[in-house]
Amino acid sequence: MQFLFDKHNTATDITGADATRPTRRTILKSIGGVGAGLVLGTQLPTAAKADSGAAAVIKGEAGTAAFAPNAFIRIAPDSTVTVLIKHIEFGQGPYTGLTTLVAEELDADWSQMRAQSAPANTALYKNLLFGVQGTGGSTAMANSFEQMRKAGAAARAMLVEAAAKAWSVPADEITVSKGVIAHEGAGKTSTFGEFAEAAAKLAPPAEPFLKDPSEFVLIGTELPRLDSKAKSTGQAEFTIDADRPDMLTVLIQRPPVFGGKLKSFNDSETRKVPGVVDVKSLPRGVAVYAEGFWAAKKGRDALQVEWDESEAETRSTAEIVADYQKSAASTGQVVATAGDAEKVLANSGKTVDAEYIFPYLAHAPMETEDCLIEATDSGAKVWAGSQFPTLDQGAVAQTLGLRPEEVDLETLFAGGSFGRRATPVADIAYECATAVKAIDRKRPVKLIFTREDDIQGGFYRPMVVHRMKGAVDADGNISAWDHVVVGQSIMEGTPFESMMVDGVDPTLVEGARELPYAIPNRRVSFHKKSLAVPPLWWRSVGHTHNAYSTETFLDELFALGGKDPVEERLRLMGDKHQRLTGVLKAVAELADWGSAVPEGRARGVALHKSFNSYVAEIAEVSIDNDEGIPHVNKVWCAVDCGIAVNPDIIRAQMEGGIGYGLGHILYAGITLKNGRVQQSNFDTYRSLRINEMPEVEVAIVKSAASPTGVGEPGVPPIGPAVANAWAKLTGKRVRNLPFLPIDA
Amino acid sequence: MAKLTLAVNGKSHEVDVDPEMPLLWLLRDELKMTGTKFGCGIAQCGACTVHIDGVPTRSCQTLVEDAVDSEIVTIEGVAGSEAKAVQDAWIKHDVPQCGYCQSGQVMSAVALLRDTPAPTDEDIDAGMSGNLCRCATYVRIRQAIKTAAETLKG
Repeated sequence: MQFLFDKHNTATDITGADATRPTRRTILKSIGGVGAGLVLGTQLPTAAKADSGAAAVIKGEAGTAAFAPNAFIRIAPDSTVTVLIKHIEFGQGPYTGLTTLVAEELDADWSQMRAQSAPANTALYKNLLFGVQGTGGSTAMANSFEQMRKAGAAARAMLVEAAAKAWSVPADEITVSKGVIAHEGAGKTSTFGEFAEAAAKLAPPAEPFLKDPSEFVLIGTELPRLDSKAKSTGQAEFTIDADRPDMLTVLIQRPPVFGGKLKSFNDSETRKVPGVVDVKSLPRGVAVYAEGFWAAKKGRDALQVEWDESEAETRSTAEIVADYQKSAASTGQVVATAGDAEKVLANSGKTVDAEYIFPYLAHAPMETEDCLIEATDSGAKVWAGSQFPTLDQGAVAQTLGLRPEEVDLETLFAGGSFGRRATPVADIAYECATAVKAIDRKRPVKLIFTREDDIQGGFYRPMVVHRMKGAVDADGNISAWDHVVVGQSIMEGTPFESMMVDGVDPTLVEGARELPYAIPNRRVSFHKKSLAVPPLWWRSVGHTHNAYSTETFLDELFALGGKDPVEERLRLMGDKHQRLTGVLKAVAELADWGSAVPEGRARGVALHKSFNSYVAEIAEVSIDNDEGIPHVNKVWCAVDCGIAVNPDIIRAQMEGGIGYGLGHILYAGITLKNGRVQQSNFDTYRSLRINEMPEVEVAIVKSAASPTGVGEPGVPPIGPAVANAWAKLTGKRVRNLPFLPIDA
Repeated sequence: MAKLTLAVNGKSHEVDVDPEMPLLWLLRDELKMTGTKFGCGIAQCGACTVHIDGVPTRSCQTLVEDAVDSEIVTIEGVAGSEAKAVQDAWIKHDVPQCGYCQSGQVMSAVALLRDTPAPTDEDIDAGMSGNLCRCATYVRIRQAIKTAAETLKG
């Protein structure tokens, strides 16, 4: 997978910056040169930082570093090692995980390690799988595994070389362990700090020597998270906490319908609110500028705005669903085919014809969308929970007429994202930049979304309708499978469109197109819909609905054919999908599948590969008598994500993914009435609570493969596992989500 | 606007604000205590939980004028054996993921343990179900509260 923005723009000129403008880049070039010198020449961030006991996420300058062997490592005279993390930390653990990789190859002691957010700098800090700086697709560990180890190994080699020179001993006789450089024969020991300055004068090795996995000391252990302390004591700084002298808080009144445009507004009442400083019309709405959130909120509540809805989406959900259903009745653009599904279906006696409806879903991260921008002498400074620094930096630069490198972007901790902060159009940073521009950059602006702005603001997991037809033969074996997926494209019309081949948006059909099961006659097709409701990737993206539809439909056909869900899955996968069969066997063993289940409960199983990780889950459910929907008592989970860099963080991500997925399939959906979003906050967009969280047991399947993602892959199997258990318990196949019908 | 005096974390603060401003925004924007978080503004998520006279309270739905004669304690000032046990257990179990809701979770957990030193699962449900965690760290929140209760038992 590669995000090469060849079709629209390169990663840098997406900003549209005027290439002829003389800027600070020239100056930087003259003082920086290339390589490590340039790294030292660029401004070091004061962004989100973490610690572990002594080790931590740190705040302040890592600029005292005596030794900066590469873009990722700073070693100070006091021997602290600061790792610059190119991925945002919003819970999935990259600060701890990537720091572990460096510490491993550096043979550092964990207590001397620090993590710090890397600044926006696409050349130095791009995601190697994306081509731009960004976090997503559960790629943080996958794309960093070798890069960060090499960075650590290079630094180690340079420290060793410096020590060898000082001690006049051969470098290969020097050992490094837990941050201590030693030569036994010479009776010498030293810290990293003592040789930091000398090492800085050496050339980095061309190809640093990496450890064999059997030699790993830290990788594979359950090192404590670097950010737990700050996050348990209220000290962790998020964007909403950032403050600048003279800063204004901005709330934007956006159109009540998607595609709506501003017609006129009356701000006379708004301007009477104490603390309101200004009101401006922006491309995406009307901005109220105030001293603090409360005045901005009161001021915005007092606005009178008229909107032009002539080009807006003003249908209700039922009408859109009906349109999708009509499309789903016919075969769309075919993306997978084997045998002749249509013919076999027409001639089969035992068939199932099922329709699935998945609602729009908001990400609803605990910290709502926000961004802080201040104009500076050299350009602008941005503080944000930036998931795509390259795109955010570009959007701010373009809006303010700057070059990307004139925009200094500091990534802070973000209170969750689940994809919401990864908009291809950089909506949050863009809106904030327009607000700064509208007041002639005079004061720093912090844009905050209310929860209502977040829930009603679009960028949803798309609404999707699936039509599935299947048949079983006389022996109960699945003989045909015809699957039609209908929904919006996330990538079309964005820089990510270059990832689409033949008009296929992989995010629409991923997980449905490539089934691991041997089904002789199979067809998968899709219809792409276009409407003004902006869609976006949402934790595990297309796998959210495709795992649900395929794994529940499979279960339904197994039931029709009288097959055991575990045994038959294993049989249909044969020996071609060993990592998938591996997790299925592991979870069956963990849950003792086939053993007696307590009275009033039933179990269901599902498995799914996403983001190159393999996850199987078994859910045990009972009936919640108050609401008539499943109460999930326990979930067993087995995951194969390659080398388990930090097993405890992997378990945490499976627990969290299960909870996130479960809350949405049970309770959540965004619906429209005459184009207006009917949900507004956590009272109507219901979220899973502690009393609804199942017990979770996780097994990590041992693997020597390179590490893959864990942020998303825990999500897809939970919905179908619960639905399959529910069908077994009640006979009801839930195909219209969420389980608890939405009042609309 | 009104001149009011508030007691936060044992210290008296003179403020001149809209008396109907929610306490949350007074803490965050006026007193610059940002550990208490905004999550929903309608007392649905618990991210803004503080102690008012020892009672866990949603500061987003508490008017400043209603808090003038009370002792307000925030995550910045929470202390005592329960607070230490809870925060130590939070770190031991690596409870936080994104971490944004955790100030509120900690404040609710401390209040729960002060009230119910040996909580059952049902007690934990009752005491903690007002605090949302979108990362769903609930498994570890439950474990950490039990660990903290064990610590307090001594």
